[in-house]
Amino acid sequence: MSSKPIATSRSAAGLPTARLVTWWVIASEIFIFGGLLASYVMHRLGHPEWAAQAAHTHTWAGALNTFVLLTSSLFAVLAHKAADSGDGARAARFLRLTALGGTTFLCIKAFEWTHEIEAGFVLSSGGFWSFYYTAAGLHGLHVLAGVIIMLFFAADAARNEELQRVECIGIYWHFVDIIWIFLFPLLYIAR
Amino acid sequence: MSSPTHAHHPAYVKIWAVLVVLLMVSVLGPLTGIRWLMLLLAFGIAVVKAYLVAKNFMHVNIEQRWIAYLLIVSLALIVVLFAGVAPDVMKHRGLHWENRAAQQAVEAGAHAAGPAHE
Amino acid sequence: MSAEAHHAEPGFFRKYLFSTDHKMIAMQYLFTGMIMAVIGGYLAYVFRMQLAYPSQQVPGYGVVSPNEYNSLVTMHGTIMIFWVAMPVLLAAFGNFLIPLMIGCDDMAFPRINRLSYQVFFLSAVVLLASFLVQGGAFGGAWTSYPPLSAKGAYNLTPVGASMWLVAVALEFVAFLLGGINFVVTTMNGRAPGMKMYDIPIVVWMIVLATIMFMFSVGPLIAGAVMLLFDQLLGTGFYDPGRGGDPLLWQHLFWFFGHPEVYVVLLPALGIVAEVVAVFARKKLFGYKTILHTAWAVWVLSFVVWAHHQFVAGIDPRMANVFSITTLLISIPLAEMVFVYIATLYGGSIRLATPMLWALAFMAEFLIGGVTGIFLGASGTDIYFHDTYFVVAHFHYTFVPIAIIAVFAGLTYWYPKMFGRMLNETLGKIHFWGSIITFNVIFIPLFITGTAGDQRRIYSYAQFAEQARPALQHLRVVSTLALLVFIAFQLIFVFNFLWSLRHGQRAEANPWMANTLEWTVPSPPPHGNFADMPTVYRGPYEYATPGRREDFWPQNVPN
Ligand SMILES: [Cu+2]
Repeated sequence: MSSKPIATSRSAAGLPTARLVTWWVIASEIFIFGGLLASYVMHRLGHPEWAAQAAHTHTWAGALNTFVLLTSSLFAVLAHKAADSGDGARAARFLRLTALGGTTFLCIKAFEWTHEIEAGFVLSSGGFWSFYYTAAGLHGLHVLAGVIIMLFFAADAARNEELQRVECIGIYWHFVDIIWIFLFPLLYIAR
Repeated sequence: MSSPTHAHHPAYVKIWAVLVVLLMVSVLGPLTGIRWLMLLLAFGIAVVKAYLVAKNFMHVNIEQRWIAYLLIVSLALIVVLFAGVAPDVMKHRGLHWENRAAQQAVEAGAHAAGPAHE
Repeated sequence: MSAEAHHAEPGFFRKYLFSTDHKMIAMQYLFTGMIMAVIGGYLAYVFRMQLAYPSQQVPGYGVVSPNEYNSLVTMHGTIMIFWVAMPVLLAAFGNFLIPLMIGCDDMAFPRINRLSYQVFFLSAVVLLASFLVQGGAFGGAWTSYPPLSAKGAYNLTPVGASMWLVAVALEFVAFLLGGINFVVTTMNGRAPGMKMYDIPIVVWMIVLATIMFMFSVGPLIAGAVMLLFDQLLGTGFYDPGRGGDPLLWQHLFWFFGHPEVYVVLLPALGIVAEVVAVFARKKLFGYKTILHTAWAVWVLSFVVWAHHQFVAGIDPRMANVFSITTLLISIPLAEMVFVYIATLYGGSIRLATPMLWALAFMAEFLIGGVTGIFLGASGTDIYFHDTYFVVAHFHYTFVPIAIIAVFAGLTYWYPKMFGRMLNETLGKIHFWGSIITFNVIFIPLFITGTAGDQRRIYSYAQFAEQARPALQHLRVVSTLALLVFIAFQLIFVFNFLWSLRHGQRAEANPWMANTLEWTVPSPPPHGNFADMPTVYRGPYEYATPGRREDFWPQNVPN
C-alpha cells in the first residue's frame, strides 16, 4: 500500500482531502469540548460558591501559557507560509518551534499543577477543581498529541515531502489554541 | 482546484502582536475591581481573539464558505445543548421542583470561606 | 470467517486481519456484528426464560440470580445497539457500499479505516471480558444513570461498570475514525459526473447518519470521562451532595441517545429505498423530497432528547417543549414512508426476499412509530414510562432497523459481497418465520406494559397485581415466540454459509440495478473498478419510456 488510493487524490468538494478531514476532525472536537465546557459553565453559574475555589488558580501562569500558545500559533502559520512557497526546510524549522512552544506549555502546566496538588487541591477537592483538572487535562492531551504529530510532519517536511500536511496540522494547532483562549478566562479570570 | 490560501498571507506578526496586546488587557481586567467589566473584558476579548485566530491563522475567511457554516452549526448545537440542560442543572428550583442538595451546597459554600476540602 | 483455503498463503494476515481494503474491513465489521448478535440474542434468551419460568434452570445457562439478571438485560441492550446495529448498519454497509457506489477504489484514508476496526475489536474484547471479572458484567442498565452507575455499592458490579464505560468510549472512538472517513470519502472521492443529487440515497443516509453521530456523541464522550472519574477517582460530577447533578448525565446521554436512534434508522431507510426502487422497477418517487426530509429529521433529532426524561425530574415547562418537538419529528418520518409507498404504486413489483424484508420494514416500523406517539407526549408518558410498553415500542423500531432492514440489505447485496446467490426458498421461509414470531414476541409486551409491568424486574412473583396468571401467560407466549424466532435464524445462518460455496454463481448485475457497485464483477476485485467510471445520471432511472431495457445504469453514456 505504498501508493495512495484514487479516492484520496480526488477533490469533488473543491478542497484537498487532507484539509477536508482536518475540518471534520475539528467539528467533532468542538462537540467534545463544547459538551464539557457547557457542563462546566452551567454548574459554575449555579454554584457561586465555586468562586472561592477558583481564586486559588495562578492567573499569571495561565496568562504566560496563553502567550506561549499564541506565539506557537504564529510559528505554525509561518510554517504554513513557508510550505506554501515550497520551502520544506523552513517549514520544518517553524513546525519544530511550534512543537517547542507546545512542550513549553506542558512544562508550565506541570509546574502549575505540582504547586496546586502540593497545596492540597486535587481532582476530587471540589466541583471547580474537578472541572479544572478535567478540562485542562483534556486540552493538555490535545497539545501533547499535536506536538507528537507535528514532529513527524516536520521530519517529512524537511525532506520536502507531504507539504500539504503542514497547513493541516497548523489548522488543528490553532483550534487547540482557540480552546485555550476560552479556557483561560473560564478557569483563571472568572471568579 | 488549487489551494485558495496560496497567494494570501497577511502580516502574521502584526496579528500576533494584536493578540498579545489583547491578552494583556484581559489579564489586567481583574485589577479594575469592577466585576462586570472584568468578565466583559475577559470573555469579550476571548471571542475577539478566537475570531482573529480563526480568520487569519486558520484562513476561514478564504476557505470554502460551507466550512464557516459547519463551525457555526456546531457551535449552535452546543448552544442548543446548553439551553436544554441549563434549566435543570443551573437552576436549583423551578415549576413544582427544587434541588435541595444544590441549594445546601451553595449555602454551605457561602458560609465557609476557602476551598471545600474533604 | 469462512474456512477458505487460504491458510497456506503467506498473505493470510494481510488479507483477513490487517487489510486496508474497504470491502474486507466491511466484512470484519459484518462478521463481528453478527457474532455479537448471537451473544446478544443468547442473553435475551436467558432473561426471557427467567421471566417466563422464574428461578428455574435455564437450559444452557443455569439459574439466573437477581444480580445476573441486571447484567443480562444491561448487556443485551448495550450489545445490540452499540455492537450490532452500529457496526452492521453503519460500518459494514458504509464501508462496503460507499466506495463502490460513488465509483472510487477505496476509502480516502484506508489505514485510519483499518485502525477504526481494530479499536472497535478492542472495545468488543473489553466488553466481553467484563463478563469474567469480579461481580460480573455491568448491571446498571444500558443508559448507565448515576448514582446507580457511579457507585459500585449501588450497582454491585464495580469493575464491570468501569469496563463498560471504557468499552463504550473505545467504540465511539472507532466510529469517529470510521465516520470521518465516510464523510470525507463521499464528499471528495466521487466519480467524475456524480453530482450531489446523483448520489444513491443509501450513501446519503449513511453520511447524514455519520455526521449526526459525530455531532451528538462529543458531549457524551466528555460525560463518560466525567462518569469514569466519579467511579474511579472520587470526583462528584454527578453527585448532588457534592455540587454535581445526576440529571446532567441523563441530558448528555440522551443528547446522544436520541440521535442514535436516527443514526441507525437513516441507513436502514436508505437500504429500503434502494431495494424498493429496484424491485418495483420504478424510478424512486421524490428523490429530493426524501433527501430534504432526511435533513429535516437530522435537524429535529437534535432537539427532542429530553423526551426520555419526562419523569426524571426535568422542569415541566421544558417537558412541554420537548413533547412538541417529538411530535413534530414524526411528520417527516411519516412522509418518508409515504414516499416509499408512492414508489410502489404502479410499479411492476417483484417479491424477491430483499423486497419482502423492505416491505416488512415499512409495516413494522409504522407500528413502532405510532406507539411512540404515546411516549413522546409527556402526559401519557408518565403512565407508560419504564413499562414493557416502552420495551415493546422500542423493539418495534429497533428490530425493523437492526434486523429487518439489515436482512433486506444483506439479501440484496449478498451476491455482490460473496459472488453467489442466496437460496430464495430458504430466504422466504426465514422471512415469514421471523416476521410472524417477531410480532408474537412483542405484541404481548404491549399488553403487559399497559397492565403495569415495570421493566428491569427480576421476577413478578412478589407483585400480587402483576403475578396474575393472565399476565404470566402473556410472558410465556412472548418467550416461546422468541425461541421459535431464534430457531428460524438458524435457517438464515445455514443459507448464508451454504450459499457461500454452493449458491448459484452471481453475475455482475443479478438484480438489474443502476448503481455503480453492480457494474463490477461479484465479488469486486481489489481496487473495485478496472476503469474508473464516469457518471451520467441519477441512480433510479428504471422503466424509462423509450428505452429498450427497463434499467439505465449510472455509468452508461446513453
Ligand atoms: Cu428518543
